[in-house]
Amino acid sequence: MNKLDRQLIDEYQKGLPISSRPYLEMAENLGVSESEVIESLERLQNSGVLSRVGPVFNHKKAGASVLAAMAVPDHKLKDVAEQVNAFDGVNHNYAREHKYNLWFVVTAPDQDSLDLALQEIEDTCGYEVMPLPMVKSYYIDLGFKIHWDA
Amino acid sequence: MGTSLQLSEVQQQQLRQAIQDGLPLTPQPYQTLATALGVSESAVMQTLTQWMDDGLIKRFGLVVKHHALGYRSNAMVVWDVPDHQVDQIGQILSQADAVTLCYQRPRRLPEWRYNLFTMIHGKSRSMVMEQLAELIVQHELDGISRDVLFSYRLFKQCGGHYSGRSQPVNHVTRCHSQQTVRSSCTARSSRNEQSQVAYG
Repeated sequence: MNKLDRQLIDEYQKGLPISSRPYLEMAENLGVSESEVIESLERLQNSGVLSRVGPVFNHKKAGASVLAAMAVPDHKLKDVAEQVNAFDGVNHNYAREHKYNLWFVVTAPDQDSLDLALQEIEDTCGYEVMPLPMVKSYYIDLGFKIHWDA
Repeated sequence: MGTSLQLSEVQQQQLRQAIQDGLPLTPQPYQTLATALGVSESAVMQTLTQWMDDGLIKRFGLVVKHHALGYRSNAMVVWDVPDHQVDQIGQILSQADAVTLCYQRPRRLPEWRYNLFTMIHGKSRSMVMEQLAELIVQHELDGISRDVLFSYRLFKQCGGHYSGRSQPVNHVTRCHSQQTVRSSCTARSSRNEQSQVAYG
């Protein structure tokens, strides 16, 4: 990654300009050209560093969502994870070191469809799903501070 | 072309759908979206601003994949905090640089007694553990029981899609794709990550 790539990540995780030429505004701020900004963002996206340039929706307001955990025997973990992934509303799915070893986030347009999805996942996989909905968020997402030198 | 700044319900839905995988990388991205939806550029900009004011959009900017930047160790640190202290400790932890998420969630007794969830990302397991140790000393959290759940395999990661089963097929494909490099979603296993950590 070059200097511009790093500057864009450092400066623009939390606030992209909402104006007619946002990339031009960013370019002027960083002393480069608009096309350099666009090319850098394209490159970051193509290399997989950048997920997207855009919104992080508040799950609670954008629909219903829940973190859920499952305790799966180790030798079944990969198969069960794939079964879970096959559900449309699943957007994160991790194995973690614990008796509850499969952790995933399920989103749905509303609470009823979410409950239904959890039930379907439980029925399909054959293991009990432990739902852990958010009660309160203490964290305001401003992006992630990257330690480039570390 | 619509001239009203107020988008209809359907248009708002379409805008949300159009933008959830990111803003177009064109010189006038809001105009690009507006043209696709048949509305005005200012209506798109005003709606997005409104969504930010309302809190529907938490943040609007570059969404980085930690993993691709070398942040391969990700620990969910869960705490069993006395109910009367959970707000206070939640505030403290959420302000620490190392903490990237801090949520209160319900206990599920007897299986699960933890009610405060934090996420700590680091470039190595030891970096995460050092940051955690610092947090505990600095804020005198030693008396609060906790557990550290390192992730050791990523099966899926992508932004939330809320439109349910009626969403266009290309969205589903894009999100589930394992081959497409330029994807809003990665579904893969990480052998490297797996080999770095011991199974707990």
